[in-house]
Amino acid sequence: MAYGDFVIQRDLSFTVSRGDVFIIMGGSGCGKSTLLKHLIGLQKPVKGEVFYDATDFWRADLEERVLVMRRSGVLYQSGALFSSLTLSENIALPLAEFTRLGRSEIQGIVSYKLALVGLAGFEDYYPAEISGGMQKRAGLARAMALDPEILFFDEPSAGLDPVSARLLDDLIINLRDTLGTTIVVVTHELASIFAIGNNSVFLDADSKTMLATGDPKQLLAESADPKIIQFLTRGEGNADTHTPKEAKP
Amino acid sequence: MNANAGDAKAGGVSLVRIGGADTVTLQFTGDWVHGAVLAKPVGAVLAELDTGQKPRRALLQTHDLAEWDSRLPTYLLGIVDWCQREGVEVDVSGLPEGVRGLLKLARSVPERSGVRRSAEGAPLLAEVGKWVLGGLKDTKGLVYFIGEAILAGVALLRGKARFRSVDMALCIQEAGPSALAIVTLISLLVGLILAFVGAVQLSMFGAQIYIADLVGLGTVREMGALMTAVIISGRTGAAYAAQLGTMNVNSEIDALKTMGISPMEFLVLPRMLALVLMMPLLALYADLMGIVGGALVTVSAFDVSLVQYYNETRRAVHLHDFGIGLGKSLVFAVLIATAGCMRGMQCGRSASAVGDAATAAVVNSIVYIVVADSLITLICNRLGI
Repeated sequence: MAYGDFVIQRDLSFTVSRGDVFIIMGGSGCGKSTLLKHLIGLQKPVKGEVFYDATDFWRADLEERVLVMRRSGVLYQSGALFSSLTLSENIALPLAEFTRLGRSEIQGIVSYKLALVGLAGFEDYYPAEISGGMQKRAGLARAMALDPEILFFDEPSAGLDPVSARLLDDLIINLRDTLGTTIVVVTHELASIFAIGNNSVFLDADSKTMLATGDPKQLLAESADPKIIQFLTRGEGNADTHTPKEAKP
Repeated sequence: MNANAGDAKAGGVSLVRIGGADTVTLQFTGDWVHGAVLAKPVGAVLAELDTGQKPRRALLQTHDLAEWDSRLPTYLLGIVDWCQREGVEVDVSGLPEGVRGLLKLARSVPERSGVRRSAEGAPLLAEVGKWVLGGLKDTKGLVYFIGEAILAGVALLRGKARFRSVDMALCIQEAGPSALAIVTLISLLVGLILAFVGAVQLSMFGAQIYIADLVGLGTVREMGALMTAVIISGRTGAAYAAQLGTMNVNSEIDALKTMGISPMEFLVLPRMLALVLMMPLLALYADLMGIVGGALVTVSAFDVSLVQYYNETRRAVHLHDFGIGLGKSLVFAVLIATAGCMRGMQCGRSASAVGDAATAAVVNSIVYIVVADSLITLICNRLGI
């Protein structure tokens, strides 16, 4: 992973299994978002492969890539709703483009998805007319419109109040349990990491590679790497594994 | 807090050397707030420290310190950093607890190596190189965009392009009917101007009737298409760049891509089609308005009857003149739509980038239009049509 000559991460290798809630974590600037871009097809990695089942995503031709992308949904940090469309039109868009459903049936699905994220009745609002947290939830409703097999979340709890963040976590777990959706989350929200994650990869900005992969709870219990412990305990860590850098003045 | 300079106590600093100039004590007194007047800038203190024998130890302390804000820690950091560079030992124990805490905090995370951008200007050659590389990148972007646009066009012809007819209708409405008022005004006035320019010369020979030829040919072959293109590039081209640019800033274009919908087909194609459909119609309308403008002047001021003017125009302007005008307007439509959509799609991710994209879209399209117009005129002239 690199921008120009500037390497961000190298030698990453991890597997996400079906039904996982997979967390991509690490400090800010370590390349979490860039890794996500490689996974969802927005940016080709400088080197390496991304496999979806047996499909080598970045070597596949465009049509095959689009097929893979249609099986996944993405919730962007800002929601990324189409600002010129109402919430209902936003969610109806993928349904209208990729299914043969009739208009009334699409409306039914739209209302159902909005109700799932707690926005029943907001069908005819424009994204600019609702709050940031609501935009995010509407973005989730749109990402779920086609019942994707994989859902990607970019910092889902950023900008949400603690209660909404918790509700979102519950929703994520619910999706996994009921629909068997595989979920990949980029986050550094510790509460979410432990509440929902059952698999993860930890990226480090200094060594420019991954330090560990596995269940975050297990990482906390077993990892010997001071950086991981520091991250997973908000820097409070064990005194013997973690020595703060001496301040100079 | 922000006291007037008049009644604020000045922030003072004094240097005292004790013990054979080995230890220097810096004492800070008075007000150290943004409004206060400092006795000495930090540079002067450093210069003073540097003169004579360099001290081995610097004692920082406060005495009678009144109010302080970020000004004091900033000043102190200047001194502390200097001492560290020069290998002078610093003792901060004489400073208030709060100041010590802030100093520690400011230096607790060491600067990441390689992040600081050098402020000094690059040499001229490097600037030229950067400029050339930027130009190459722009050209690459243009080629890339045109390629994608052509692919989207092919998809359209195969009936596989994916866009909503509602969007298309909206784009047509925006590009065509909404622009009628301004096109009317401008073309009418341009017709008027053409008539006046011609009239001054032609009436000297009593040949006012030929104003109709001048206005008719000038408008139909040239000014109708050109003025419409200039208006539309400022109106619609800029709007396209701003719309797509904002969608880019808002990740909406990313969202489309990851949904498996090509933004070229979904966003760019309806806009291009709308312009290509609407521009010739607008240009035709502008031709008519231009001729009406010319007639207004000629009939009212130069003693030519409306029927004479009409007949002279019909005699002078042929169908192929309209063809040339319409052909030009088609070319202009493609150029405006390309410049507008390309600048929007390649827009950066900030508010100022959207502004830059809109500006670049208008400037590019006007340049493209004028260059293309001269080329077409030249070709027509050579071919004798």
